[in-house]
Amino acid sequence: MIDKSVESAEAAVADIGDGASVMIGGFGTAGMPDQLIDALIARGVGDLTIINNNAGNGETGVAALIKAGRVHKIICSFPRQSDSHHFDAAYRAGQIELELVPQGNLAARIQAAGAGLGAIFTPTGFGTLLAESKETRRIDGRDYVLEYPIRADFALIKALKGDRWGNLVYRKTARNFGPIMAMAAATTIAQVSAIVPLGGLDPEVVVTPGIFVQRVVQIATAATQPMAA
Amino acid sequence: MNRMTRDQMAARVARDIPEGAYVNLGIGLPTKVADFLPVERDIFLQSENGLLGMGPAPAKGEEDAELINAGKQPVTLLTGGCFFHHADSFAMMRGGHLDICVLGAFQVSIHGDLANWHTGEPGAIPAVGGAMDLAIGAKQTFVMMDLLTKQGESKLVERCTYPLTGLGCVSRIYTDLGVIAVGPEGARVIELVDGLTIEELRRLTGVPLAFARQIETA
Repeated sequence: MIDKSVESAEAAVADIGDGASVMIGGFGTAGMPDQLIDALIARGVGDLTIINNNAGNGETGVAALIKAGRVHKIICSFPRQSDSHHFDAAYRAGQIELELVPQGNLAARIQAAGAGLGAIFTPTGFGTLLAESKETRRIDGRDYVLEYPIRADFALIKALKGDRWGNLVYRKTARNFGPIMAMAAATTIAQVSAIVPLGGLDPEVVVTPGIFVQRVVQIATAATQPMAA
Repeated sequence: MNRMTRDQMAARVARDIPEGAYVNLGIGLPTKVADFLPVERDIFLQSENGLLGMGPAPAKGEEDAELINAGKQPVTLLTGGCFFHHADSFAMMRGGHLDICVLGAFQVSIHGDLANWHTGEPGAIPAVGGAMDLAIGAKQTFVMMDLLTKQGESKLVERCTYPLTGLGCVSRIYTDLGVIAVGPEGARVIELVDGLTIEELRRLTGVPLAFARQIETA
């Protein structure tokens, strides 16, 4: 019997080691798998390459990981925000490397990795600093930049519900990067509010098919969260 | 000199958004446009973090941390709205499905180049988000900004000096002093605030300005 459910966040991240590349879902705090990240911090691993849209908000999730000094490099689109103080401090101190990627290119590069493509030609960024020294090509009269896929050893994502085969559905705008990161990592770990029996998810509305998910862990507190005050 | 208020600028942009348009309003000033879209018009607001059919801010106490806009503020979803992941969201832009995006800017060139993501100052931490994808992806990119900086320098320029967001992507700028079309042919004034002459605008901006046959005053 295939059962991808894991009993705890600690067990789910137990084989993530030093130097791993880890995609982390979430746009700001929506969709951020806080409990998986807390378990990763507790494991004590470092020198991580993190792929996320932002570079931490406030004190939780990616921000906590950066604060703990575990991140060697971050690949993201929008690091600087009003509450990204832990990233800002680490960056100014030269303790963290930043690869800045336009948000849509970040999504496309992650998707390309998941889809097995060797590279993509994207119009985004052409003629800008972020495409400097990159190969370009004119196709049908439009200019494109060659960008390579972004893959990772692990993806930590948050979904609303999952089953023991790894099928997932999401909640509102917490979906964001989850479905594409699930495809692009060698091992995808999803924290969900509820693990339901097989058949408990309408097959017509499954967003991430279980083939892309290796572990599912139920975190009861991960349901609807009130806005921070 | 007459200047349009923020609300007047937002209302002016709203006037040019037709029924049925798929629209992304950038973070900051452009979000104000939503307040002026006529309720009788079906206009689909897209937010790049993954929703289409975005509604107004929720009532106090009804905020949901998992229902936010690109500025990470709580929003609502209109009946008929939907959610999607990031690759689909940016395909909506890059794939040319989004009709209009409205962005803020540091500078726009008379040929429609846009600079709005990075001042390039030493020590500044760059952040780009979806600005580059939106700017070059939407069928039409509108910019909403004051025409002059606080120091009186024109933000409409012959060539952008700030780092570029996209080349030749802006078609129109909505400013506190008037509405100006930009593009391969250069800048062309469409509308001026009451009392401002084209000569005065040329003096203020220092860039070549053509004018539409009939300049409207707003």
